[in-house]
Amino acid sequence: MRRTLFDSLANPILTEPLAKEQTDEIAALAGKLDAAARARLGRSLSIRQVDAGSCNGCELEINALANAFYDLERFGLRFVASPRHADVLLVTGPVTKNMREALLRAYEATPSPKWVVAAGGCACDGGYFAASYACIGGVEKAIPVDLRIPGCPPTPTALLNGLVALLTARPAAQSKQQSARDDRKIKSIT
Amino acid sequence: MPSLEKATAQGRRIEAHRPWPRVMVDDALWQALASRLSDGRSSLLGLWGEASAVHMALYDDRNKSVVVATRDCPSGRYPSVARFHPPALRLERALRDLCGLTPVGLPDARGWLDHGRWGVTAPLGAAPAQSEQATATYSFLPAEGDGLHQIAVGPIHAGIIEPGHFRFTANGETIVRLEERLGYAHKGTEALMTGRTLAEAARLAGRVSGDSTVAYAYAFSRAVEAATGIAPPARAVWLRGLMAELERLANHLGDIGAICNDASFALMQANCAILRERVLRAASRCFGHRLMMDRIVPGGVTADLAPSGAEALRELIGAVEKAFPRLVDLYDNTASLQDRTVGAGRVGAALARQYAAGGYVGRASGRDFDARRDLAYPPYDALTFETPTLEDGDVDARVWIRIREVEQSLSLLVAILDQLPPGAVATPVPSEAGEGMALVEGFRGDVLVWLRLDGSGRIARCHLRDPSWMQWPLLEAAIEGNIVADFPLCNKSFNCAYSGCDL
Repeated sequence: MRRTLFDSLANPILTEPLAKEQTDEIAALAGKLDAAARARLGRSLSIRQVDAGSCNGCELEINALANAFYDLERFGLRFVASPRHADVLLVTGPVTKNMREALLRAYEATPSPKWVVAAGGCACDGGYFAASYACIGGVEKAIPVDLRIPGCPPTPTALLNGLVALLTARPAAQSKQQSARDDRKIKSIT
Repeated sequence: MPSLEKATAQGRRIEAHRPWPRVMVDDALWQALASRLSDGRSSLLGLWGEASAVHMALYDDRNKSVVVATRDCPSGRYPSVARFHPPALRLERALRDLCGLTPVGLPDARGWLDHGRWGVTAPLGAAPAQSEQATATYSFLPAEGDGLHQIAVGPIHAGIIEPGHFRFTANGETIVRLEERLGYAHKGTEALMTGRTLAEAARLAGRVSGDSTVAYAYAFSRAVEAATGIAPPARAVWLRGLMAELERLANHLGDIGAICNDASFALMQANCAILRERVLRAASRCFGHRLMMDRIVPGGVTADLAPSGAEALRELIGAVEKAFPRLVDLYDNTASLQDRTVGAGRVGAALARQYAAGGYVGRASGRDFDARRDLAYPPYDALTFETPTLEDGDVDARVWIRIREVEQSLSLLVAILDQLPPGAVATPVPSEAGEGMALVEGFRGDVLVWLRLDGSGRIARCHLRDPSWMQWPLLEAAIEGNIVADFPLCNKSFNCAYSGCDL
């Protein structure tokens, strides 16, 4: 064990800077972001992943986000076990009818403000399973979706870009004054 | 004792079925086959239905033969196999849900895949009927006694894994019964495949279970090729082997780390995850997709090895061969980790044999079966490799089987790279009617695909049987007497497919 640990210290760091991929969806996200919610979420996000009937391909790549190359925690992102602790629901799969109720319950259990990210082709629009008797055909048909990350499955880089966009995207046409006013509003609420 | 082929010789043989025989059987022969299964002379490979017929695939260990028996069910009823042979239970429940055929005498009246939410019953049956959207209640098997309590887990779990429900009955920390309830990931894949072109169906086959996408596409393609009587070009055959071993390597490396992580030993997880990522990156460099989805199709492969692919793979093999032995030592020499894995979640050899459990679950409990060797298909018929087996049947044994298989896959990758023939990578598939079946060894065990083509290049019926059908029930047995806290560890050591079985 000692040798493995020493090697980890001696070897170069594997973690890579994030290769920026700006999709139209991510660009559009900035316009939709609610400054009030952003201010409350701050610079870190707790993510609850929900598999709503995926083939497990998306889960493999979501799990890969935790490996040394992608290391999602450096961005302030972390996966949590309960929707009660979550800011973001990261949903995969075409939403099977057998999973719809569980997804709705997870959504209800997530405190506001909350974001829903649909990850993978199936979650975006049902993908190859859109026409099935057993699927409702995408996350949006069950709960409101804030961000779609396409791909079958999306690469870890695509997933990371989408999640980081939630942290960094700024309301586009918003003046500094406006956001200061919003911040005061938040303070008065909280 | 007659062989399986002799026992079914009196049935009418269907000539269109390849490569193994399919015979029409009557009630007497159907029951005789069920008792062959129950007294251990044959193993159950699969059991599936159509609108008015039920098929059962059997395997004889002694002479390594496969037979598919078909019983017509014009009345919508057939004699239950599970009544005599419990491993058929969930297969028959699923068959009833999907095809609407009644297994007479089936000792379990509950649905399996159908949770009462589809709005339709028997979607693959002769007359699918609209049904009310109603939440069906599900009665779990009772467990009674002083001080027993239930713990309900799922379908959403704490980690990033697939959905399924586990109902534990425990006495204090000790589990006295686990009952699984699955079907949450049911996507209607088999119904979607019906009437689709081969290209569309191949994409669906590759999405039955994402971690086994290569194995499924491989088995589907081989079944189509058996049905149409074509052979893919030599280079495609070897590239398929290359992809299959890369997939096995990536999954085993991921699993070894994840099992140790569930015993709170994160160092192994961190290091194995690095190796897994390296495999996926090499796969992406070679074939343009990290999981190699949609790369194997009927007639060959869609992507030839990229020009820098061979070099990338040799680099990868070198990196894994350098790092892996030290991780194996780390696993072997960490007493606190061994304390968790040795003796936990034991599966007896008799159960593994009865359920014909494939992959590391079967092999860790002494069942020496490997589709690559016992029902050899190219390129494996021209390759030398070992299938490790152990007798202990615990979490530790399932880890060691994976470790040995990682080593075997590495040497197979080298052998395949050395012998990779030049030439084309695909051949056209004729639009012929026919029936085909294939078994391909995925990382979990043997994936079975059976299909019928309608003659216009479309699927008339396709059935895909995941190896986990035969492994999930053994998890229920393995966990008995273990503590609740060891369940994630035992579960990960099985790493059964949810989506693969839910279809």
